Amino acid sequence: MRVLKPGLRLKSAVCATEVMVIRSPGTEGLVTCGGLEMLGMGDAAPAGATLDPAHAQGSLIGKRYVDATEALELLCTKGGAGSISVDGAPLSIKQAKALPSSD
Amino acid sequence: MLLDMAADACGERIAVSCAGQQLTYAELRRAARAAAPALAGGGFAHAAFLDTNGLAAPVALFAAAYAGVPYVPLNYRLTAPELEELLARVAPAWLVSQPQQLSRLKLPAGIVSIEAAALLAPAREPGPAEAPDLPGAVAILLFTSGTTAKPKAAVLRHDNVMSYILGSVEFGAAGEEEAALVSVPPYHIAGISAVLSSTYATRRIVMLPSFEPGEWLRLVAQERITHAFLVPTMLVRVMEHLALHPAGPFPALRAIAYGGGKMPLAVIGRALEAFPNVDFTNAYGLTETSATVCLLTPEDHRTAAASPDAAIRRRLGSVGRPLPTVELQIRDAAGAVLGAQEPGFVYVRGPQVSGEYRGLGSLLDAQGWFATQDRGWVDAEGYLFLDGRADDVIVRGGENISPGEVEEALLGHAAVADAVVVAIPSEQWGEAVAAAVVLKAGMRTDAQALQQWVRERLRSSRVPERVRFVSELPYNEMGKVLRRVVRSEMADEDA
Repeated sequence: MRVLKPGLRLKSAVCATEVMVIRSPGTEGLVTCGGLEMLGMGDAAPAGATLDPAHAQGSLIGKRYVDATEALELLCTKGGAGSISVDGAPLSIKQAKALPSSD
Repeated sequence: MLLDMAADACGERIAVSCAGQQLTYAELRRAARAAAPALAGGGFAHAAFLDTNGLAAPVALFAAAYAGVPYVPLNYRLTAPELEELLARVAPAWLVSQPQQLSRLKLPAGIVSIEAAALLAPAREPGPAEAPDLPGAVAILLFTSGTTAKPKAAVLRHDNVMSYILGSVEFGAAGEEEAALVSVPPYHIAGISAVLSSTYATRRIVMLPSFEPGEWLRLVAQERITHAFLVPTMLVRVMEHLALHPAGPFPALRAIAYGGGKMPLAVIGRALEAFPNVDFTNAYGLTETSATVCLLTPEDHRTAAASPDAAIRRRLGSVGRPLPTVELQIRDAAGAVLGAQEPGFVYVRGPQVSGEYRGLGSLLDAQGWFATQDRGWVDAEGYLFLDGRADDVIVRGGENISPGEVEEALLGHAAVADAVVVAIPSEQWGEAVAAAVVLKAGMRTDAQALQQWVRERLRSSRVPERVRFVSELPYNEMGKVLRRVVRSEMADEDA
């Protein structure tokens, strides 16, 4: 569990996935990828950690992942084999907004 | 992080090209990472950049991020003493520049120069694998033009800039055929945001080092440009050039965004006709807000242009509505929040809004609102209309007069090519209205005729007491009319 503040970056313990918190209600949450808790960017992966096939739908670079309320939003900054959940609930890909290019 | 994502996902795509040279995203990352260790390890407080647009600009920008050192692009049009003063303020600093720029400067102590071309040489040593994670650190320092006082340095932090990019651009959204033409200079917030937005969208950037309308049009055709950003004067010059030298069609061109100053209604009307298949977007933003805070979308343009309803048609002159991540308020001089249609001062709030200056700290109020110093009002549906800068208002006998409405009236006269309205000192009124007017070639009129013209259209207090005919108005290179210069010239007539 950790407080999910915007700007917080996490990496997967079992695949290449990395995420950054974009929006959050500021509450604590357990972010997992591939079935294991995601690590701080400087943390070492636990020995012998493996991808849980039940959480192996993959993550895609550049996609925004949201919880059911869309109050929590993570940006996938590196894609990987594991899929991302918070407090046991899988996150889903948020529909892209269509803002015109302004610069 | 932005460049890492682009290089990881689309490393072989062309990131940027200029004058026959180009870099892929992977090459851009390699060059930026290769430059970073010398910058990070040299005890430098800033990474300054003094050159026109080219491949070195994005390399220097991203090298600064990899090194965790604030990036400070400088205006190459400044005089040598002005540049030397700014360099002294950012020392100790690394300075990316060109021999012809460096040869005119006496570099202050603590400035180590490196030629722009050296940044593009193949990687000499592996740089850091990742940019340091410093969300609260200063990413960019931009000096304001400083026409009255010492230039102020606006501070943009990494989280301001990232909020803007993540809030307004979808990663990898650009198709492989897309290309953005960048003609705003690298020391302008629009030049920086163009690089960051295009990188995150993985859209190819084509750099135009020095804007000239014929060259701009040539590049649009040759490079199959799909997106471009122009300041209003640039669009005016493109339209003038097209009138004399018909060109096109430009089948690839899809989107033109404009901003950075007031766009004359007649010009945007002509542009919509000349480029019927192009999406026009008006972007309103300031340096202190990490670029765009309001957008008039292509849909808004089309709806307004086609509407029989005057209240909707006039939205062509609006800067649109706030981004989803930005809040907007209009307040009166005492700070009270005003409703729709009520003119006042424009305030914005959001994570991209920095409102901070080096040495002055944050100018945000306790609730995080930033006073833009722009005057304006919103219509019933939240479209923002700007009405000049707060300090350009003419206060005549206690009545506030916006130069914009008088200028618009003057520009409606058949003989008037350009006009600017400023305050002059008046014993009777405190301030009085004065106009500097440029006539169209071959046209004649006089002050009495123009005063009568304004009197027929506006309240009598708006009629310029003095009209001065000039051959041209002073503009800065971004197309902003230098009101202070006009004001002092008009005031000098009293002496």
